[in-house]
Amino acid sequence: MNVRRQLGLPLLLLAALAATYLWVSSRQLDSMEARVLNADFIRDAALSHLLLTAVATTLVVLVSIPLGVLLTRPFARPLTPVVMAIANVGQAAPALGVMVLLSILYGIGTTIAIVTLVFSAALPVLRNTIVGIQQVDPALLEAGRGMGMSRGQILRRLELPMAVPIVMAGLRTTIVICVGLATVATFINAGGLGDIIVAGIKLQRTPILVTGGVLTAVIALGLDWLAGLAEKYVRPHGI
Amino acid sequence: MSDIKLIQVTKQYDGQSQPAVDSVSLDIPAGELVVFVGPSGCGKTTTMKMINRLIEPTSGQILLGGEDVLAREPNELRRHIGYVIQQIGLFPHLTIAENITLVPGLLGWSAERSRKRSDELLDLVGLDPSSYRDRYPRQLSGGQQQRVGVARALAADPPVMLMDEPFGATDPITRERLQNEFLRLQAELRKTIVFVTHDFDEAVKLGDRIAVLRERSRIAQYDTPEAILANPVDDYVAGFVGSAAALKRLALIPVAKLTTEPGSADGLPAVPPDATARDALDLMIRHGTSRVRIGDGTVDFAAISALLGGGHER
Repeated sequence: MNVRRQLGLPLLLLAALAATYLWVSSRQLDSMEARVLNADFIRDAALSHLLLTAVATTLVVLVSIPLGVLLTRPFARPLTPVVMAIANVGQAAPALGVMVLLSILYGIGTTIAIVTLVFSAALPVLRNTIVGIQQVDPALLEAGRGMGMSRGQILRRLELPMAVPIVMAGLRTTIVICVGLATVATFINAGGLGDIIVAGIKLQRTPILVTGGVLTAVIALGLDWLAGLAEKYVRPHGI
Repeated sequence: MSDIKLIQVTKQYDGQSQPAVDSVSLDIPAGELVVFVGPSGCGKTTTMKMINRLIEPTSGQILLGGEDVLAREPNELRRHIGYVIQQIGLFPHLTIAENITLVPGLLGWSAERSRKRSDELLDLVGLDPSSYRDRYPRQLSGGQQQRVGVARALAADPPVMLMDEPFGATDPITRERLQNEFLRLQAELRKTIVFVTHDFDEAVKLGDRIAVLRERSRIAQYDTPEAILANPVDDYVAGFVGSAAALKRLALIPVAKLTTEPGSADGLPAVPPDATARDALDLMIRHGTSRVRIGDGTVDFAAISALLGGGHER
């Protein structure tokens, strides 16, 4: 593994953070800017953003992978188009609209924000789980069956390990989507970096806007980088 | 040792007017290699896969060592039948050793016993265990992968092996080498083997017996390679035998079996001791002689021709 290439992105992200910090701190902040651009406010927004992303991604994994596995079993195949249609709607529907509708029905707050994220970001993991399992060479499954592996053993020891690289690629997409979408959680009082961005827009203060934007981008790219590292470690050798 | 008996085995798929396999009865003696040969789609693979129940027969009986396979739990049955497929089917995410010890693992062998067995088998198929056991399949050549495929099928020392065109996807040179190694292996192991191919020459080379199948897996002729080459029962079988049946028969006879005449062998071309009667003939043609040297004696053209029993060639 090329260490220098691995470290290129995080160094770039750190540089972007440092440049933003230096630029913001070189300015004389007015009282409105100072209310947003302070360590406590930024930390809370960033942490709640990470929390929204982490919880939503975890839920996507817990729902989409088992569902994807289920939909590749022979008895459930007729259901596959139905579930995929729903997941496609989730990805295609504007997340903000979905969130607002859910808020009208069930009230505002973090839970609704997370439900929206899961609904909107479930497709990549679901689709890639299905594709990852379906792309396994049928000759390998035949060999496994001919050697006396049970269905469960074939799933656990052949299909799932060989699907890992594709599932992980879907997971990275889901994470990036979640980070981006979590910015709209602010509209239903669920926190996140949207608090900073929306403040920047409303107050027409460029430093606030830039800070929120840069932080969101850095988190998205940083998590994608981490997931890429994780992918290298969980991907079975030999594939 | 297990013999295999097929008794009026039929496979009828839903919605098809004719059965894919039509009432096949066949006795495969223990320790013999029987080749199913026939054109694509004749049902030879289907017939083979009914033995380990990858395909369930519609009717009929299959006895393995006298025991009805339909009475056994399918996965348990398959763990005791070696299985080699044309695509080899090594699992890419498992090392060579992990591939080989998969069935022993399913059977609950200890890690130590499995490890020893895997090294033993790699030795047996001519791959150095210390340099191959921890590699992944994609790091091996096609021929090496096929050897591992055979080793994997042998892992739990099954009395019976099913092989579906195992050498079909290799180049001719590798193929011939694999066939020779496999013959040597089988001479040692004496497994009961069902071997499927569409290559009649491969069937002649490897088989103790050949079952020539026509459509719906009906048996056109079931006999030793020598007998089929000498006396194909009908035009269908003769078509499979193809041209040069006499040469193919000669290729089955080692020169060691020829009775040589003593006499001066000076200047005559010499046949290597492990060659066949066909090689001796080839040497005669190349050198324009009617006599070649074998060991201390000589053999002439008439002696080789007499091997075929003369007379009733088609």
